[in-house]
Amino acid sequence: MDDLYRELILEHYKHPHNHGRLEHPDISAEEHNPLCGDRIRLDLRIEHDVITDVRFDGRGCAISQASASMLTDELIGMPVEEAKRFSKERLLDLIGIPLEHNPVRIKCALLALKTLKAGLYGVGHAPDDDDL
Amino acid sequence: MTSSMTLDQFDILALRREFPILSQPMNGKTLAFLDSAASSQKPRRVIDCLEDYYRRYNANVHRGVYRLSEEATFAFERARGKVARFINARSQREVVFVRNTTEAINLVARSWGDVNLREGDRILLSVMEHHSNLVPWQMLAQRTGAKLEFLSLDGEGRLVLDHLDAQLQGVRLVALTQQSNVLGTINPVAEIARRAHAAGALILVDGAQSVPHMPVDVQALDIDFLAFSGHKMCAPTGIGVLWGRRALLEQMPPFLGGGSMIKVVSLHESSYADVPARFEAGTPAIAEAIALGEAVDFLQEVGMARIYAHERELLGYAIDRLAGVEGLTIYGPQTTEMRGGALSFTLEDVHPHDVAAALDSEGIAVRAGHHCTQPLHAHLNVPATTRASFYLYNTAEEVDRLVAALDKARNLFG
Repeated sequence: MDDLYRELILEHYKHPHNHGRLEHPDISAEEHNPLCGDRIRLDLRIEHDVITDVRFDGRGCAISQASASMLTDELIGMPVEEAKRFSKERLLDLIGIPLEHNPVRIKCALLALKTLKAGLYGVGHAPDDDDL
Repeated sequence: MTSSMTLDQFDILALRREFPILSQPMNGKTLAFLDSAASSQKPRRVIDCLEDYYRRYNANVHRGVYRLSEEATFAFERARGKVARFINARSQREVVFVRNTTEAINLVARSWGDVNLREGDRILLSVMEHHSNLVPWQMLAQRTGAKLEFLSLDGEGRLVLDHLDAQLQGVRLVALTQQSNVLGTINPVAEIARRAHAAGALILVDGAQSVPHMPVDVQALDIDFLAFSGHKMCAPTGIGVLWGRRALLEQMPPFLGGGSMIKVVSLHESSYADVPARFEAGTPAIAEAIALGEAVDFLQEVGMARIYAHERELLGYAIDRLAGVEGLTIYGPQTTEMRGGALSFTLEDVHPHDVAAALDSEGIAVRAGHHCTQPLHAHLNVPATTRASFYLYNTAEEVDRLVAALDKARNLFG
């Protein structure tokens, strides 16, 4: 329990950063995890190939929502090309909990990243978790 | 209601010792297994039965003219007889061994459905069906042009039957669960069967959640098909049952082609075996079928009526205790009347995965998600629920642990 829900996760879950919607976003993407009904929508503002603002909303477990919150903190100010290469290892490092051997919960943790990639690479190109 | 009341009627501690897995520690606590609606635990004698087959008389069935094969065939067919008596089938020829409930329903949809349904025919289901009693009918409707209709639910999660006779017009088959795997609702199958037959329809009953938990008598219910899985009733995975009226089964074409299901095979055509062999192509799950027979013996020795009474008492206790958890909503009937021991709930807006993970850290195994009932969850307007489900080995003390862990989870995430 303490492993899975350390203080940082609960803090982001209860007080998510960059939560809400952007008006007239340049890119907007939404992904679902059909196994558990988690849903994340990500709105991005892009100026001169740099992500200048991000908002997310959705519903889901503490891990999916906290991971989205942490990811948005990283994205603001990041060049689009770097965001396209944002790896799942980098996100899992941020979350900082051992999920490698938890195939169900790792999908929760990676949902926000999957949404980001789907948005950056275009609709209908949501990658499998293995390709993140 | 206390746990000692249960103990007087039912030596629960002795019974629990029959299940080796229940005595192992889980995350530093004693395992409280509250997910039997997904798959039950297995008593020692069922595990031993599997091992005994492989150690002592492993051989293919219905083939060899040597001692081992005869012994395996005898045990396999004896298991069929045990299952037939367990559900009060008229003949053991009415018992078809399949992999699970899903395969049993697909068999009927493919074999009976493809031959008998035409464009415009109707199939009546309900909103509470498990995907296994929905998707095969959607696929059948796509192949034949038949239409699906649905019985709706009232606010307590019971079928609305006010307009049943009108809804049965033009219906060829009613396919209905006897007990919801989410709401716990027990449906009045005998009454619906009577009215379905009066309207000229057949009725298939999904017994996955009922056959393990209550006495089920196919003749008393007067139904046409019954599907259920071994692994939810103390037997291994990989073995399930389709029971069908013999007259119906005999008119149905094969589902899968191959060995065992034939009489005479030539290069361009074959004649098919009598039922039930016609529906059992290929080498069956021999050890698992024999172990299902052992599980049936075990359940009958404990007594299905006693199992039902025990779970009902536990369910009543759980409903009372959970009502005291702040922010908890139980879906389905709020009393034990016509209700089985699957209790799905939400805890404020804490996600069911978080609830389940919190319970797991206390050694309590529950299920979280949509439980293979996405349309039902859409109807309930929740993306997912947490489900605790009971079986003969569960105790009031485990319910107390569930309640305490839920209070803890609410404080953590709330």
